[in-house]
Amino acid sequence: MEAHALNPWVAGAYLVAGICFILALRGLSSPSTSRAGNRYGMLGMAIAVATTLLTHEIASLPEILGAIAIGGGIGFVIARRIQMTAMPQLVAAFHSLVGLAAVLVGIAAYYNPAAFGILAAGGLDILKGSRIEMGLGVAIGAVTFSGSVIAFAKLNGNMSGAPILIPGRHVINLAALVAIVVLVGLFHWNTPALFWAIVLLSFAIGFLLIIPIGGADMPVVVSMLNSYSGWAAAAMGFTLHNTAMIITGALVGSSGAILSYIMCKAMNRSFISVIAGGFGAEAGAGGGAAVSDRPWKRGSAEDAAFLMKEAENVIIIPGYGMAVAQAQHVLREMADRLKAHGVGVKYAIHPVAGRMPGHMNVLLAEANVPYDEVFELEDINGEFAQCDVAFIIGANDVVNPAAKTDKSSPIYGMPVFDVEKAKTIFFIKRSMGGQGYAGVDNEVFYMDQTMMLLADAKKMVEDIVKALAD
Amino acid sequence: MDFVSILSIFVLACFVGYYVVWSVTPALHTPLMAVTNAISSVIIVGALVASAAQGSPLAKWLGLGAVVLASVNIFGGFAVTERMLAMYRKKDKPAAKAKQAPPSAQAGGER
Repeated sequence: MEAHALNPWVAGAYLVAGICFILALRGLSSPSTSRAGNRYGMLGMAIAVATTLLTHEIASLPEILGAIAIGGGIGFVIARRIQMTAMPQLVAAFHSLVGLAAVLVGIAAYYNPAAFGILAAGGLDILKGSRIEMGLGVAIGAVTFSGSVIAFAKLNGNMSGAPILIPGRHVINLAALVAIVVLVGLFHWNTPALFWAIVLLSFAIGFLLIIPIGGADMPVVVSMLNSYSGWAAAAMGFTLHNTAMIITGALVGSSGAILSYIMCKAMNRSFISVIAGGFGAEAGAGGGAAVSDRPWKRGSAEDAAFLMKEAENVIIIPGYGMAVAQAQHVLREMADRLKAHGVGVKYAIHPVAGRMPGHMNVLLAEANVPYDEVFELEDINGEFAQCDVAFIIGANDVVNPAAKTDKSSPIYGMPVFDVEKAKTIFFIKRSMGGQGYAGVDNEVFYMDQTMMLLADAKKMVEDIVKALAD
Repeated sequence: MDFVSILSIFVLACFVGYYVVWSVTPALHTPLMAVTNAISSVIIVGALVASAAQGSPLAKWLGLGAVVLASVNIFGGFAVTERMLAMYRKKDKPAAKAKQAPPSAQAGGER
């Protein structure tokens, strides 16, 4: 069985698969090369699977093909049917599957080490180093699985998005993490009890870690779990001495880590503070009520249509509310009508808008918005001063000037759009009651140039489209 | 392969990942997650080894279970990425827009 690991052709094939995966990510540097990148990914996977099947003695080919057909069929149907707004849940669910698969492979390797070529020479015992790698892989896989299940439940609405705070959770979590590390170290001595203790404790810590984290912090959580699923694959790659798994694991691991970093930076929060959880739980009750009797102006769809039609340029700022209301298609229709009136329309996207990195971009792409009309925060923020209308739909914290001025605000320091510089602001919101995720009041509501459009986002934009047509 | 060469591959791959991922445009971060998710299912290699081998029925069935899970991910992940990427398109060429002549400044100023 060791023979396959030494065959240079096999090692070469796995290396090629790894390179295909690198090219897959490289393709994503621009939308025009991205589809070719995705094909490289598929090619790499096909090479990895074919190499494995061709170089092992297979005692159960029908079962394996059946398993691939069942899984592949399910995956394909889900991918076809899923709504674009449900992307964050889907990605969380997929992460949980990678995690669980890693755990299953780890357990299988533990009970049939000969198949994986990790027996100590001449003995019946598994190599010490392999045991530790295996323990690590199983632990990360289990955390990925249970953490992703919770993230899925929160994103899918099966569970409240509000943080659930268990008393003493920091102590419990820390103790559990230390225990896992110690157990993995002890796994040096081979006892099944230790192995199962690692598995169960890791499942538990995954649940405990994600439960206290609120819904809008999910972009960080989903990226973090993305990263873990990569590290789990890499750890199993170490156990199996498989280059394709190691390269892929490292790629995915760094990808998720970078995305988490970008998200944290876009909220001006440390990774630790996001993971510690509880954000938005306390603030929601206090801040809002006291200031809500300040005067504000209510606008109508007709006002919005009239003013935007006369404008030279309009910047649209979408947020999670647009996704919830499924307003992306009608929003594009509105933009088309404005463009027909000679109005310049741009979209401005904050890195943490929505529930996962790039969430808004996908929804706008789905609605046929050309990607060269969509701009990132730093690219467009200078343009608000020359902008006639800022049109805010379903966003709140990302346009809150308190982030720049109020040191006591929980969102202080977060980079935000300078919407207050625009000549006119339309702010679509369900009601004056809700305060956004951070639970802080927004000065923009009460500004002279602001008109609040209080309605369901989709309904309001539909009315504006009608008014534009007249 | 000895541990040191495996570790070298791993560390170098981390660096490659770091630079490649920073070059990904933020507009494609959701497809990035979907595709990394699909490729991390390369763990199917381990699952295949487990389910192909003789000796332990338990390991075989666990392996087959992992093959099913990883396949959901591979097919689902690549298919959904493909679906998303197909939606990204550039602005139409002039034909479709500007029925009435816009003020000149922005017709040129708009990228």
